[in-house]
Amino acid sequence: MTVTNSETAEPAAVPTVRRRRLSWPGGESVTMLLVAPVLVLAVFAGYVWWRQAAHLDATESSILAWSAIRDELLQHIKLTALSSLIVVAIAVPAGVILTRGRARAAAPVVVGIANTGQAAPSIGLLALFFIWMGPGMLPALVGLSLYGLLPVLRNTITGLQGVDQTLVEAGRGMGMSAVATLFRIELRLALPVIMAGVRTALVLVVGTAALATLIGGGGLGDALNSAIALSRPRAMIASAVLIALLALVVEWIGRVLELVFRPKGI
Amino acid sequence: MTNSPELDTTTGRPAADISGAEITLDSVVKRYPGQKVAAVDSLSLTVPAGEIVMFVGPSGCGKTTSLKMINRLIEPTSGTIRIGGDDIRAKSEDELRRGIGYVIQGGSLFPHMTVAKNIAIVPKMLGWPAARIAERVDELLDLVGLDPARYRSRYPRELSGGQQQRVGVARGLAADPPVILMDEPFGAVDPITRQRLQDELLSIQRELRKTIVMVTHDIDEAVKLGDRVLILQEGAQIAQYDTPERILAAPANDFVDDFVGSGSQLKQLTLTRVSDIDLTPRTTCRVGESSATAIARAEQAGDQSLVVLDDRGRPVAWRFLRQVRRHETVQDGDRENMVTLDQRATLNDALDTMLTSSHGGAIVCGDRDQYLGVIDFDSVTEHMRALGREHADGAAPREPA
Repeated sequence: MTVTNSETAEPAAVPTVRRRRLSWPGGESVTMLLVAPVLVLAVFAGYVWWRQAAHLDATESSILAWSAIRDELLQHIKLTALSSLIVVAIAVPAGVILTRGRARAAAPVVVGIANTGQAAPSIGLLALFFIWMGPGMLPALVGLSLYGLLPVLRNTITGLQGVDQTLVEAGRGMGMSAVATLFRIELRLALPVIMAGVRTALVLVVGTAALATLIGGGGLGDALNSAIALSRPRAMIASAVLIALLALVVEWIGRVLELVFRPKGI
Repeated sequence: MTNSPELDTTTGRPAADISGAEITLDSVVKRYPGQKVAAVDSLSLTVPAGEIVMFVGPSGCGKTTSLKMINRLIEPTSGTIRIGGDDIRAKSEDELRRGIGYVIQGGSLFPHMTVAKNIAIVPKMLGWPAARIAERVDELLDLVGLDPARYRSRYPRELSGGQQQRVGVARGLAADPPVILMDEPFGAVDPITRQRLQDELLSIQRELRKTIVMVTHDIDEAVKLGDRVLILQEGAQIAQYDTPERILAAPANDFVDDFVGSGSQLKQLTLTRVSDIDLTPRTTCRVGESSATAIARAEQAGDQSLVVLDDRGRPVAWRFLRQVRRHETVQDGDRENMVTLDQRATLNDALDTMLTSSHGGAIVCGDRDQYLGVIDFDSVTEHMRALGREHADGAAPREPA
């Protein structure tokens, strides 16, 4: 150390305080988050313009009728939202149980079963529940939920396993109950990983929900299916674009949820 | 303990100030299923109230297991543990633990909670009113040397390792428990920070007089911090349980001798406290005082430098006169990054600190960082020479130097 150093009793080894910005959302993610809605709005505006300007025959007009599209869209959203809620309601508690005590040993088995559920062709899965439960929205919901289960279950288990065990022990050692430690420490810290799984599930479900039409489950698949059956390529493309737009919006919602649920400080 | 006006040797305070409780372990055994050898084999021990007892030993000797049995993170296979006379099994695990401070390596702060929330966990569980908790958080931050206004709403990742560990200590003290368990608390920080944290702990302990049980693998740390040191062999067999002085002077067996290491002169450096040496007074000045008067005072005393104190008498900087001269009034310094020695620091620490200082000395502080004086090379070497002479007189020289 040189004699000219002003604070002589201050060795360089003393770590300086890192002061990183913790404010949410960070500037970068805001820009990222704006891209998807702008794109979706632009494409949807293009669709509206085309729908009004194009000369459609009677069949096309009825497939793409505003009222029909609105109903199908609402059904599609309902299918996606409900099955995602079912997924979270089943997969998160299951993931919690599978990381506790003796149940830990069963985790690979359950993840294996969930893996098979996802590896099976989605249409086959829907057909299976159609055979079992008949046509309608209910078998579609069950099939979609099963299909979206894996990512949330896997991420819940991974997220909980990834929590630093010394923190869990610190909590217990201070007198927090096992339940309090789970809710206040473990789940909070695993939340970013769990939410990433939820986003994946949302994307899977919103895409697969287009197939619900095949077992009478409704959704935007109705329009696409009619267009295919009646060989109307323009209506086919139009309904496919609408499904893609909805998928983009749902994916965007997933990302927003991820940001909202990320605990401050991590 | 009776309420006789018995005085403690280190602080001169009445022993009645002790807020700790006695811990007794009676034939405690921990045997893990499937293991032939018990991890802890019949450990009996008394930790006196208000003392720091260090559990030290090679890895796998059962020191951490023994510690964790005191707050029932590990349940003993047999035997009894009492705190303040009460069997620890009398309460529920959680209730017991809320009454025992627990500090672990690196602080183990919860990353998603602010500093204040981390410290408030136990008081909250105990149902303290919010106002009292807020007050307590600030009091504790102040006690561990962190400015409450600056740090209470920060997240752990915004703190340095040493600061995180300080908050960890504050969290352990939060509900004012009589007993604090520490599991290698200063293991994860650099040597300079470790020394400061140790000094701070000694200073806090002087004030609070808790019963502290600390696990460490570092014999120097054990000797420095411990009122008593417990050296454990495999199976938590007691190799020696005694004061640091006795352990260094009279190791009970070869194991202890090996573990403690040799070099009696060097050992003296760990055993001698800064308070055993006469401090040199240095000219001090207050922040905001006129530089000219402060410099005049220093020159009259023949000092080249000035120790700058804040309004609470805590050193914030140590400046050469020419540095002071640059400003009209004495400027504030960076107290948190000031390297000072606690009066209970060892000569080993003192030498380390002096080596990094261009003043050839180190500032010594008492309770709550109050300035006491300066220790310099000359006084340390003089002290060592005196010890060396005593040593030479006492023991016949084995070989010519």
